[in-house]
Amino acid sequence: MRGGLIVLAAALALGACGGAASNEVTLLNVSYDPTRELYEEFNAAFSANYKTPDGKTVKISMSHGGSGKQARTVIDGIDAQVVTLALQNDIDVIARESGKIPADWRTRLPGNASPYTSTIVFMVRKGNPKAIRDWTDLARPGVSVVTPNPKTSGGARWNYLAAWGYGARQFGGDEAKIREFVASIYRNVAKLDSGARGATTTFTNQGTGDVLITWENEAFYTLTELEQGAFELIYPSLSIKAEPPVAVVAGNARKDGQLQAAEDYLRYLYAPDGQRIVARHFYRPIDPSAADPADLARFHEIEMLSIDDPIFGGWDQAQPKHFDAGGLFDQIYQPAR
Amino acid sequence: MTEARANTVKNNKPRQAIGEGPRTRFALIAVALVFLALMLIAPLVVVFFEAFSRGLGVYIDALAMPDTMSALQLTLLVAAIAVPANLVFGVAASWAIAKFDFKGKSFLLTLIDLPFAVSPVVSGLVFVLLFGANSVLGPWLADMGIQVLFAVPGIVIATIFITFPFVARELIPLMQQQGSSEEEAAVSLGAGGWRTFFLVTLPNVKWGLLYGVLLCNARAMGEFGAVSVVSGHIRGQTNTLPLHIEILYNDNKAAAAFAVASLLAMLALLTLAVKTMLEARFAGSLAAQRRH
Amino acid sequence: MRAAAQDGTRRTSWRRRSVLPGFSLTMGYTLAYLSLIVLIPLAALAIRSASLGWTEFWAIATDPRIVASLQLSFGAAILAAVVNTVFGVIVAWVLVRYRFPGRRWLDAAVDLPFALPTAVAGIALATLYAPNGPFGAFLEGVFGLKVGFTSLGVVLALIFVGMPFVVRTVQPVLEEIDRETEEVSATLGAGRLRTVTRVIMPGLLPAILTGFALSFARGVGEYGSVIFIANNLPFQSEIAPLLIVIKLEEHNYAGATAIATIMLVISFAMLFVINLLQAWSRKWFGHD
Repeated sequence: MRGGLIVLAAALALGACGGAASNEVTLLNVSYDPTRELYEEFNAAFSANYKTPDGKTVKISMSHGGSGKQARTVIDGIDAQVVTLALQNDIDVIARESGKIPADWRTRLPGNASPYTSTIVFMVRKGNPKAIRDWTDLARPGVSVVTPNPKTSGGARWNYLAAWGYGARQFGGDEAKIREFVASIYRNVAKLDSGARGATTTFTNQGTGDVLITWENEAFYTLTELEQGAFELIYPSLSIKAEPPVAVVAGNARKDGQLQAAEDYLRYLYAPDGQRIVARHFYRPIDPSAADPADLARFHEIEMLSIDDPIFGGWDQAQPKHFDAGGLFDQIYQPAR
Repeated sequence: MTEARANTVKNNKPRQAIGEGPRTRFALIAVALVFLALMLIAPLVVVFFEAFSRGLGVYIDALAMPDTMSALQLTLLVAAIAVPANLVFGVAASWAIAKFDFKGKSFLLTLIDLPFAVSPVVSGLVFVLLFGANSVLGPWLADMGIQVLFAVPGIVIATIFITFPFVARELIPLMQQQGSSEEEAAVSLGAGGWRTFFLVTLPNVKWGLLYGVLLCNARAMGEFGAVSVVSGHIRGQTNTLPLHIEILYNDNKAAAAFAVASLLAMLALLTLAVKTMLEARFAGSLAAQRRH
Repeated sequence: MRAAAQDGTRRTSWRRRSVLPGFSLTMGYTLAYLSLIVLIPLAALAIRSASLGWTEFWAIATDPRIVASLQLSFGAAILAAVVNTVFGVIVAWVLVRYRFPGRRWLDAAVDLPFALPTAVAGIALATLYAPNGPFGAFLEGVFGLKVGFTSLGVVLALIFVGMPFVVRTVQPVLEEIDRETEEVSATLGAGRLRTVTRVIMPGLLPAILTGFALSFARGVGEYGSVIFIANNLPFQSEIAPLLIVIKLEEHNYAGATAIATIMLVISFAMLFVINLLQAWSRKWFGHD
């Protein structure tokens, strides 16, 4: 037994070693896939400019992944004090199943707890060889589409709903036609990655697909930071207002000072400094007054549906109808035998 | 027929008269070489090619990144715990199995082989079920301030599970083949158990042991599926090198991903080199084991 | 080799006593470690699975998407194992029977898939066979064959990970073969092909089958090298381990557990078959 006990003791010691130095408060922010650069800069700014009421500094760690997947990780017990996910439903699920987030989390911060919004756009190869202008072009035979898997990725769900919204506009209330339209887009999908960033990689790096459906911020990131000149951003005629929300996971903020620090961390996102950083990373700030006008000029005016529009009925209706097991998304891929 | 008999000694050049014709021989060698080149060597080449494709600067930056450093540390830590733990187990198990006679031996052997038959993802899932928030152990440990899942201990335990059989599988057939007569002689001459083990058994199996440790280490450092499920992907904390590679790759930093991958590829090549050297010099001692 | 019989040996109820010390210590440690690390965690899976109840388990097990993923995993693994068997035997033959420059290097290289981490192999293969990768572009241009992000890519990845099994299982048997039988066969007038197929191959058969089974078992559960190259379309190209991960990420523990249990049961069956094959080969041919 000796060896086994030594191993177990070592493992436990490592676990207990998670405690920070006593003059530092640690926070873990579990976020969705494309926010890496945003939080890298934001965390640095926050750590530099903030001290807790009793003078400690704050150190923030990040975890990134598909929004649905990250929600599961929080439910399964990861020690996260803050979640910054892609859509409201994912945080609702955490609140419901783990009880660590209060049920009224949406009202605790301005803008339905979304300090930034985004929308869904297309990215195509330079010159737009397949002449992709709008959602109907995605359904054309011979067009290869890249979009992540709605089951794991939050962005993928916004993509799907944007397509659905366009279909609803085209076909009125005829749900059978809308389903067929969305299904034909998904039948053109070349690869379903688990997260938005993975889909970007598949499109840009692996040379797969003619069009990538993605977050507006992700498209701008790719154009400016990565492959200048190799891709173009196309705004469709209609899209959806994507609101990635944030929340404190109170149930995990048990160490001294964590709860206060976590709340202040999220509030900093709404502060002028935070909103400026948000805009710099291609997210639409909810308070544009503090942002650099050059950053804001990038965003196009585009008609956006809201998730609360009767077409969708809010996440409470949309999630079970489209994305839960057996929902409409699952039915798309049923082989038509 | 004496001539024929003399020529059946192994390691001699095979006699032409009863071999394949030279053209068949050439064709077979060509097929084997092409197959190995395409399937094995090409991916290895790609790793190094892509790693340096953006120049040496990007390569070094990728390795010097803080996240890479912490991934490296975590990988080394995990291996440093998992390999010795499974080494001790392997030695104990092979002593019990090879030197003694008892019923249920083959059943025990099958049990030891279990982690080998389990998909890595299933191995990870098992620990999620055991330590997750919906389990019995998870909340109890969390209340004591101990995080297992999505923290380092979880990664360590999952890796120990995955690499569990490696050393044992190398040692058991080896020790079985060697039998216990030498040990019995030592005991009958008055040596105690530990002395017998260290002075008689260990020297006989040391190359097999080393080989098992090598394989165990390579797998411990390279494990991906199981660790991916239990990790939580906390940057700078719970990402091992393989997970870090996945993150870099999915973050559209392919050159950096391959740069880090080249580290592990070099480790693999080192493992192969040491293994070849061991086999070349000590073929006899290793001959008992070939069942991977 | 068994322990030499000594005077006064008694078979106790389940083991023969021996002069050597340390049985209870090592056996006790072995069983304790085994239970702690392997048996209890696997039991957790079994218990969770059992709690599903038979009807729900069956409903999940027959879900078309899950069935499709199991079909892909098993189908691709079988295909890869067949390819590995054919080429593995050739490679083993060439390594044992022929001498040529670089033979030692090649022999060492065969173990590469064992030593290389699956994630590294995964990104390398994905890059190699992607539409803009060296092999992918070539295959698509010349043969019109799409490999990257298709089921064919999955098969290729499984060929990579399973390749050493056949070679390493057949090699030692090939080395031990008594050349005399071949020579007798040749002297009696059999052509080379006939000698090979009628005299040598049957002796290799258990080893070949074992190698096939090992390669197959490895391929079924493979995750790291496949997920980068697969395109993960439900019902078409989702491998079973990926589906387990997706179910987990959807909070669908029941589904994940059910698939895991099915895969586990099949893996155990494979393990059982492999052990039988090895016992058979030991019995009839005197070696592994």
